[in-house]
Amino acid sequence: METTRKVAGPTPPSRDPAGAPGARQRTARRVRIGAWTLGLLPLALLLWETATQGLGSNPIEKVLHHTGWWGLFVLVLSLAVTPLRRWTGVNALIQARRTLGLFAFFYIALHVVTYVGLDQFFAWGYILEDVLERPFITVGMLSFLLLLPLAITSTRGWIRRLGRNWTRLHRLVYPAAILGVIHYIWGVKTEALAPFLFAAVVALLLGTRLYFAFRKPPRPSP
Amino acid sequence: MLIRKPNDIPSSEITPEGVYLDRRRFLKRAAAGAILAASPGFLAAGCEAPGQGGTTPPPDADGLAFRMGEELRDELTPYEDVTGYNNFYEFGRDKGDPARNSGNFQIRPWTVEIGGLCHNPGVLDLDEFLRPHELEDRIYRFRCVEAWSMVIPWRGFPLARLVERADPLGSARYIAFTTVYRPEEMPGQRQPILDWPYREGLRLDEAMHPLSLMTTGVYGRDLPAQNGAPLRLMVPWKYGFKNIKSIVKIEFTEEMPVSTWAHDKPHEYGFYANVNPEVDHPRWSQARERRIGEIRRRPTLMFNGYADQVASLYSGMDLTRYY
Repeated sequence: METTRKVAGPTPPSRDPAGAPGARQRTARRVRIGAWTLGLLPLALLLWETATQGLGSNPIEKVLHHTGWWGLFVLVLSLAVTPLRRWTGVNALIQARRTLGLFAFFYIALHVVTYVGLDQFFAWGYILEDVLERPFITVGMLSFLLLLPLAITSTRGWIRRLGRNWTRLHRLVYPAAILGVIHYIWGVKTEALAPFLFAAVVALLLGTRLYFAFRKPPRPSP
Repeated sequence: MLIRKPNDIPSSEITPEGVYLDRRRFLKRAAAGAILAASPGFLAAGCEAPGQGGTTPPPDADGLAFRMGEELRDELTPYEDVTGYNNFYEFGRDKGDPARNSGNFQIRPWTVEIGGLCHNPGVLDLDEFLRPHELEDRIYRFRCVEAWSMVIPWRGFPLARLVERADPLGSARYIAFTTVYRPEEMPGQRQPILDWPYREGLRLDEAMHPLSLMTTGVYGRDLPAQNGAPLRLMVPWKYGFKNIKSIVKIEFTEEMPVSTWAHDKPHEYGFYANVNPEVDHPRWSQARERRIGEIRRRPTLMFNGYADQVASLYSGMDLTRYY
């Protein structure tokens, strides 16, 4: 876990209230538990709904929408980690980033598998037509393809091997999130509020990054 | 163009020679349907089988006469799906919203206004409106523009009888319908989802077609609120959104009337909205559809399988332009 921290970009001076080693470990554990809870929540919701009221008249559509919506939601959560860490000064939050990112990929992959395997039942001709001719599916699939290498290189081994390039590569999460939101906006039948809320939050989260990237460089360290 | 394509679905399935089902045979079918619905395994296992649980009891088959073809009768979409999976944005966007949010909807008293270019205009109480007409049961395929479909036993009377009764003037070329506007009872109407009230229309020759049905019931009972009580349209060769619900106004016009979805998104929805596997929605293919209760998509049929009956209405028209 220390490795993640080192490559995760410049670490702000620690204002971590949990300064003592024992307290720091406790915070780290809390963050880990929190991230896993958030990450498992959509799956738990889906299973709970299935058990209590079933998946309704169109179960494939239900699973498709559920996995897509929550995949994007968890992806946005993972994007919120770094700004939140900067804001609160709680460095241990970085623990949550990889966990949430991988959970987001898990739901988005389920979303794609549901589309390919259940919704289209492996009708590759129709799938190809969808991906090539229907912009909302094109951007959705592109978003998934951008996330794929990020999931693969999320292991400690790959982080070590890629070094500085790992950080560069993982900036692909920004276009992936933007395309994911566009996929949502273009996918709904009438203008709804939720997709635009997603857009606003993603804009805010990416905006803070731009702000930090373009503001005056920090004073050179002695 | 595919208009003249011969069709493998016999026209006899529409309302052919009478087959009266007694209660036992109906229940046997319902049970078979339940097993079928549960068979796709885990995914469908949560679906409620007809007759088990749920807030609405299944329809009573007593005295219910299904005079329909063999093919469609065997695959009737269960009552729970027909009344629980609806697009009726007046009650909300989610498919479950109409059943969930229509509890306060007042079906009676209900009046229907007939007006525009006709000899017999008037405002009629629903009973008065329905009195002269003999109701019949018909099983129709129902194809939503979202590429899902059902098979539904409706109850109603031919729209043509109503047109004859209103007696349109020679100048009338279209018939226009308007849905009730009651935001206090219809929560969806409190939001600007669409340009309320919902409006739809047909060419007069489409309205006169024997398949066009003024619909008052489903599964042998009165329409529940979520299905468009107490009066809706059913034109089975068109996409579902043409079948306007909870009608309060019927007018005869010379100009093409507003179709709410076509007005909202003219590039995605048109006035005609004929089911056509060859003309895709800009955002999805219309070549196939998912029949509710089935996993694999099935091919969509030209004019929803009613090409033999209705294709001649559109001969010479470019259906990629008049979608």
